[in-house]
Formats: sequence, structure tokens, C-alpha cells
Amino acid sequence: MEHKVIGKSVERWDAIAKVTGRANYTGDIPQKELLYGKICRAKITHGKVKNMDISEALKVPGVIKILTPDDVPEISFPTAGHPYSLDPKFADIADRRILTRNVRLYGDEIAAVIAESELAAEIAASKIKVEYEEYEFYLSPEEALKEGAVEIHEGTKNILAATKAEIGDIDTGFKEADFIVEDVCATPIIQHCQMENQIAYAYKDVDNRWVCVTSTQIPHICRRILGQAFGMPWGRFRVIKPFIGGGFGNKQDVTIEPLVVAMSMAVGGKPVMVDLHREEVFGWTRVRHAISYKVKMGFTKDGVITAADIEATSNNGAYASHGHAIVAKGGGITTAIYKIPNFRYRAKTVYTNTAAAGAMRGYGVPQITYALETFMNKVSIQTGIDQFELREKNLTKVNEENPLLHMVQHTMSLRECFAKGKEIFKWDDKRKSIDKDKNTASDYVRGLGMAAFAYTSGAYPKTMEIGGCRLILNQDGSIKLMVGATEIGQGADTVFSQMVADTIGIPFEWVIADAYTDTDIAPFDTGAYASRQTFVSGMAVKKAAVELKEKILQAAYDFSKIGNKVPIEDLDIVDGNIIQKHNGQILETLGDLALKTYYDLHSGSCLTADVSNKCTKNAYPYGVTLTEVEVDKKTGKVEVLSILNVHDSGKIINPLLASGQVEGGMAQGLGYGLAEELKYDEKTGKPLNNNLLDYKMPTFMDVPDLDVAFVEIEDPVGPYGNKSLGEPPLCSPAPALRNAIIDALGIYVKDIPVTPQKIIEALSENREV
Amino acid sequence: MYQINGYFEASTIKEAIDYLAGNENSQVIAGGTDVLIKTRERKSGYTDKDLVGIMRIPELKGINLDDDGNILIGSTTTFTEVEEDEIILRNIPSLSAACGSVGGPQIRNIGTIGGNVANGATSADSASTLFAMDAVICLEGPEGKREMPIKEFYLGPGKVAMNKGELMTQIKILKENFMCFKGHYIKFSQRKAMDIATLGCSIMVKTTGNKIDELKVAYGVAGPTPIRATEAEAMAKGMEITAENLDLIGEKCLENASARDSWRASKAFRQQLIRELPKRAIKIALGGGE
Repeated sequence: MEHKVIGKSVERWDAIAKVTGRANYTGDIPQKELLYGKICRAKITHGKVKNMDISEALKVPGVIKILTPDDVPEISFPTAGHPYSLDPKFADIADRRILTRNVRLYGDEIAAVIAESELAAEIAASKIKVEYEEYEFYLSPEEALKEGAVEIHEGTKNILAATKAEIGDIDTGFKEADFIVEDVCATPIIQHCQMENQIAYAYKDVDNRWVCVTSTQIPHICRRILGQAFGMPWGRFRVIKPFIGGGFGNKQDVTIEPLVVAMSMAVGGKPVMVDLHREEVFGWTRVRHAISYKVKMGFTKDGVITAADIEATSNNGAYASHGHAIVAKGGGITTAIYKIPNFRYRAKTVYTNTAAAGAMRGYGVPQITYALETFMNKVSIQTGIDQFELREKNLTKVNEENPLLHMVQHTMSLRECFAKGKEIFKWDDKRKSIDKDKNTASDYVRGLGMAAFAYTSGAYPKTMEIGGCRLILNQDGSIKLMVGATEIGQGADTVFSQMVADTIGIPFEWVIADAYTDTDIAPFDTGAYASRQTFVSGMAVKKAAVELKEKILQAAYDFSKIGNKVPIEDLDIVDGNIIQKHNGQILETLGDLALKTYYDLHSGSCLTADVSNKCTKNAYPYGVTLTEVEVDKKTGKVEVLSILNVHDSGKIINPLLASGQVEGGMAQGLGYGLAEELKYDEKTGKPLNNNLLDYKMPTFMDVPDLDVAFVEIEDPVGPYGNKSLGEPPLCSPAPALRNAIIDALGIYVKDIPVTPQKIIEALSENREV
Repeated sequence: MYQINGYFEASTIKEAIDYLAGNENSQVIAGGTDVLIKTRERKSGYTDKDLVGIMRIPELKGINLDDDGNILIGSTTTFTEVEEDEIILRNIPSLSAACGSVGGPQIRNIGTIGGNVANGATSADSASTLFAMDAVICLEGPEGKREMPIKEFYLGPGKVAMNKGELMTQIKILKENFMCFKGHYIKFSQRKAMDIATLGCSIMVKTTGNKIDELKVAYGVAGPTPIRATEAEAMAKGMEITAENLDLIGEKCLENASARDSWRASKAFRQQLIRELPKRAIKIALGGGE
């Protein structure tokens, strides 16, 4: 199909407002009589609050009120940004209170101050005296699972969930193998570091309902969770999301929203704002699950997989949040990329006293991809089979059903990605050049690495997928677009606008998007996560656009004069004009027609389309990272010389925005592979580096040119041939970088982040691959 | 948030000293890139202070050569000003590089070299180079003026030899400590910007032909304060510059270092850097590249 707007790099509608500072984020919106909230955090890592003395804190000038666990509802609620589950068996674990007496991690939220200024609130919070009963604490699953460990959540034995998924029979599979390879690896706790920290304020509105303005990825889910947290009808709450400075999954969770509403309730509905500091965001919002893997696979002598046995242990931290869903995803992802006749995937999610792990861009896939792709690298080194070839022998094929996720894929273009990647990257030339220099005595050695991944578009069939869209034909022919899908900086609203413009036949600039998502106004959609919006919400946008176009053409037909009527099948809309298809003749402008639809004395009506769309499909995107590194053998420093991501995400709706998505993901993948790790003090359980100085997220200077390419084979399931792209870019850079480091040094480095220190240690021990 | 009791802006050295000496609760603030961070973090001793601003005192600013050819750096000269200064670039380019490696442009535009030293941190980027050049710290207080070598100025982590009411006015680098020397600073950090040194190494070397006449090796983060590798320096005197001798010098440098294990880096890793960085710095200073 020929597209006029889809596939074009139109400028995002909010670009100028954002770069000139005119875009209003939550903290920019003025409020009358705004009060400020500050959380008082526990100074122990595991235990109970025995006694709290707030008398000194109350004396601080400007303090209005201090909330303790006695002042908030005794209701436990879940926080994960998942759709509600009608089946209680699959409901998210409800283990949070707005404030807690049970301390489950250092910094747990035990009280909150409301004051006239942020400073007064902070001073008062530091003056609250607390007496604790202290328990032993656990920073790793191994410690939390040891005999006699104190339960972080009663009745759990510190196991959140343990599952097993199986295909075929692994014993038979291993018997059929000519050789068996085993490996272990671990991934770190990391943090999203989205630019805008969590910030929210709440107040009682003129209709006596509670409004929460917040930087969230999930406005509609947030409203539901507010209802659950207060035991009140969900309609008593209204959630408004202004412009957002990023989320990466950290805001696919409810964090400070119930607290700001509770604070406002405590002061008669006056607006109260909580604006977390970066240190609080690091330590006490959400982090990525650290997962360790044991992988064992059997192969025929040609390198075809006969069996795979994977055991994964996931550190969920102190609260359930997204819980087991993250590590569980690894099983279906493994069978989405590789064909494994006999497969066992055992996964365990464990509570510890570190920060609650939740959703983070990639949702468990960067972890399993790290395990799989470093494993395949090992197999390639041990067998001498070229690493691309080894993977190609085992890739899944189109029209085969994923035996764990029960979805049939219609496009799978990893082979094409490999070929395109090798050509653009000049892989073979680089290989020759490196091999030529191999025996020189330099301190600096180069190496090549690659890694492939599979992902999903949306969460079906794990959870329901619904998208909503309302379109209104304005009086001048422009079209108002309203979606429940959440713009969080990724450019979703821009690509939705492109879809509308393309489908109806109007210029992109005629579509009016919106910075706000307001649960009172926006159609229902669960929000920005699971790389779902262009795919799932895009289906709803397309459905609405098709419907509105039909209505417009019907109106064009109805309003045309008898005797002058063009058959409706011969009508179309091109560049904002109603035209006659067969000769391209312009009959009238859409603006002229729109005016008639509003103001005709007899048959006028405002043309709208308001749809909800259920998506019951999934289409897997794929991709590969190729990279070349130079390692300094004397200091362990790694310089990334070049890095390329090639993506199979079907049709690319906006190449410029898509490249931006990929570059951002690659930069995050670089940090994941080489530098980032949130660390805890073994003695106190306190986070050690919950700030941007000590947490080594790469700076602009540390990131090389990021090369991006797409293999655009249209997928029949995606609304416009598109598959997802949001999360995929950061799945494969980390293993590719680690594989390149191994290639350069010829020694074995197991775990990310591969820091200079780890490289020096591996070199001094001369660890074999 | 910043809990600050008051702010007094001094326009002369005397005004500043009078205020500092007369107010027990006073705290000097220059660029504020350390003081305000500590205030925001509510570090003990940094909240509710009466801050004394010294950034607009003309005598504390700028870089000059005195009549003897010594370099005088005003304490509130910013990192960017040091980095870009003609006198510094011509005579001690390694100090320009060290100041240019601090944080990011915004920090370098406001943070000062005096603050960097007075803060007493072993990781201070300018400090190891000032150690390598045996810089002299000039102080002025209610009792008058005094001077001391930088290695006596550092007493321990975060502790320097400044009395209540005293102000650092200048950092002096004697001509004999930079003339005929070549120098180089290597900051080893995980990131190329916005980072703190895992190890900093600054060297000054004077050669005749292929022989070392004099070598000075200074480190940041190889101990609780910046240090000099005096054992290696003594050994290097008269040594031929060969790969083997550089290895010996690197190894010898460990004798003055007291690297320790911390969550930031292991002792073994720091020691590897202590060994390796002076060799590289010497090679680069002498134009040999790496």
C-alpha cells in the first residue's frame, strides 16, 4: 500500500515546545496554596517500627501535619502497571501500604510530613525519632533462601513465585546430543535514570473527587490502583498526566500517587506535591531485576540444539511490584528466537531487602538475552562454528507456533538482519584486520561481538490488550485525536497522528494531538509499556480513522446535489480534498464539507469515531547488535569503536523517531554491559551509589556513534505492517559488548557490567573461555 | 533543599577574614560545587550556616607571574580559567589538563582551584598535579599571612591545615619546580566526563638525553590524601629511560601508596593502576605517546 505520511520522518508535534522549554511538565503547572510533602524513610534495612515520636518534628515552623501508618488506610494494594485481572489467581500481589510499620528495605516509607515549604518538610522529616526492632537482612536470593531466614513477607518463605515450563523431554534431548555445554552468568540491579524524577500532586476538585496530577506511564491503571488503595469507587479519582520526562518502566508502577492523595485528604483537599530527589528515585522507586542463570544445552555435532535447560533466579527486592512476570518472560522469549525441541525453563523470584524491582525497558529480556547470547558465544568458540551460522541453524521459522506463547509468527527476519548487519558493519573486513594485528605486542587489543534478540509487541496473550481512540472532525477539516495511550517522550502521539493523517488522507499538520492524558477525557487504554502502543493502540487508531473516513465520504455523498452525485465507491480523500478516484478530480475541500456537516439546517452532525479495540495477536520483533571494541589490557578500559543495531520491526512508521528510539536503547545497553550497577552496603543494607556520580551511567562522551539500520518487511498482523520497537534496542548491546571483549582478550568474563576491574581480575587469573 | 541561615558577600580579603573570625557559624563558599552539595545532602556541619561569598574579591582572582618567575594562582580562579590560561598552558600544561578533567563544563565554569584543594579530598583533580609541583599554599587570617607546602596542608580525608578565620588566597608554584620539567596528568575514571577519579596520577620529569635527572610522581586516591611516590622518585634519579626501568619505577611507586579495598574499586585494581599510570604519563610527557 502506498503511504503519504506513514514511513515519513515528520517532525514530532511537540518538538519545538520541548526544546524551547514551553512544554509544561507536572512541576511546571502552577497551583494555588500548594503544600509540600516529604517522606520520612527508615534507617534500618529489615524490621519493625516500634515507636515513633513526631513531637520535635511538629515544632518545625511551616509544618502542617505529619502522617504515620496510623493515619492511612489499613489496606494493602498492588502497584504494578498491569491490567486488572478478573481471575484473582492472576491478580498482582497486594503487598503495599501507603506508609508501613514493617520495614523491608533501607529507606522504607514509614511517615510523611506535609509543610508549607519543601525545606520545612525535609527538616521535620529528619527530626522524627523512631525506635525499631531489627531483623537480619538479605541482599541476595541466596541469603534470603537460606534455612531459617526471616520472612520479608509473612508466609512466603521469601519466594514470590516459582514456575516451570516444559516442551518435549529434556532427558531424551540431552541423550540425542553429540555434545553438551554449560554456563552460568549474572546480571546486576540497575536503574532507569529517566530524566524527570517521580513527581505528583493531588487535590480535591470542585466536584469533590480526588485529582492526582502525576508523571505516569499508566494513567488509567493508576486511577484503578488509587481506588484499590483507598477502598473507594475508582470513579472517585481522576488522574492527569502532563508532559513526561521519560519513564523506561519506572513509571509503569504506582509509587507516590496514593501518598499524595492521602496527604491532600489529610489537609482538607488542599493541593500537596511530592517531588522525589534523584537519590530517592534510585533507592526507593523501582529497579531492574538482577537475574542469575544456569544454562545447559545439548547440540548435534553440526550445532543444532537438541535440548536446553535453563534455571533462572530473580531478585525481586522488598516488594512484589511486577514480580515473577519479568523472569517468566524469558522462557517464551527463548522459544521465540531459537527452535528447541526439548526445553525446560525453571524460574524462581525471590524477595530480598533491596529496592523493589519492577518494569524496566526490556522487561526481563535484556537479562535472558544476556544469558542466551553469551552462551551461544561460548558454543561458537568451543565448536569453531561461526557465530552467525550457529544461530541461523537454530532460529525459529515463520508460520511456526511458539510452543510456550502459542502465537504464530508471520515475519521473522533475523537472517536478513544478520546479512544487512554484516554488510553495513563490514564485519568480515574488520575480522581480517583484527586477526592481522593479533600477534603485535600492544597493550591495546581489538575484538568483535554480536548478539541477537527476540521481543514481543504488547503483552497478549499474557494479559488483555485493549486500545481506545476518539477522532472528531473539526469545523475546518482538521481532526482532533484523543487516545488513552500515553505519550512519555517516545513520540507515540506523533506516530498516531501520522496514522490518522495517512488513513484519512489529510496532511499530518491537520491532526491535533494532546500533551495531557486525563482519565476523565481520554478513551480507555492501559498505557505505555510492553512496547505496545504503536501496535496495540495503533490498531484502535486505525479502526477509528477508517470509521471516520467512511462517515466523511458518506457525508460527501449525502451533501452532493442530486444529479451531480459521484458513486460513493468512487470517492476518496487525498491531501485534505474530497476527490473522484477515477480521474483524481477535486470535488471539494474537507474543510468545506466539514462546515456543512456541522451547520446544515436539516442534516448536520458532528462527525466522530470513538472506538475501543481488542487485540488478540502478537508479532515478534527481532534484531541484532554488532560491535567492535578495543580493550586496554593494562587498565581494563574498554573503548567501543563501533556499534550497530539492525532491527526487524516490520514497517517503520517514522524513521527519525525510530532511529532515536534505537539510539537511546543502545546507549542504555552500553551502560548495562559496561558500567551500571546499583550497589548495597553489606554491613547496613543501605544503597551505596544511589546518585548519578557514583552510579556510572555513561555520559554523552562515553557513547560512540550509534549506527542504526532496519529490515522493513511488513508484518500482516501490525496495523500498518509494524511490529514493536520501544524496548527491543537495549536487549542485545550488553551481550554483544561482552562477547567482543572476550574476543579481544581470549579470556572469560562472566558477569555484567564488564568493568575495568573485572577485566583486570580475569586477566590476572587468566580465566579460560 | 538548602538550609542556609544567611549569606554575606565579602568584597575584600579583610572583610571576609573579619566576618569569618567573628562568626562561629560562618562557612566560606566560593563556587559552591562542594559546599552546596553537602548542604543539600544535610551533611553535618553544612546546614544552617552563615555563608561567606568570596567570588567577587578581586585579589583572589587570576593568574600571574611574579618577579622571580613563580606562578601565582588566585584561589577563586575557576577550573575553566586555569585550563585556558596562557601562563598555565605555556609553563604547566598538565595543570590545565587536570583542571579540564573536572566534572563537566558547568562545574568547571564555577568551581575553583582553591576550593578543590581546601576541600581536602584525595580525589581532587588539581591536587595531584599541585603535589607534583610542590605547590605552596598561601593563607591569610586574623594573625596575618603564612605559607606552607601543599603536602603539609593536607592533614587527612577532608581535613586541611586552615585555622578558623583563615582564607586561602593563592597557590604558588615556584619556578624551579616547573622550569625544564615536562609533565602529564592521567585521570583514570569510569567515565570520560562527570566523574570522580578512581586514581589520578600526575608526573613531572626532567631529562638529559635518555636519562632521568629528576622525576616527581604524585597520586590522588592512592591514600587518604594526595601523595608523592618519593621512593620511586629517588630510585629514578639518573636512570636510563627503558621499558624495564619504567616497570621498576611503576612497581616502586607502590611503596608510598596505601590503596585500599572499597566498593568503588578493589585494592588490587588500584595497585595495577598505581603501577601502570606513571609509566604511561612519563612516556606521554616525553612525547613518546603510549
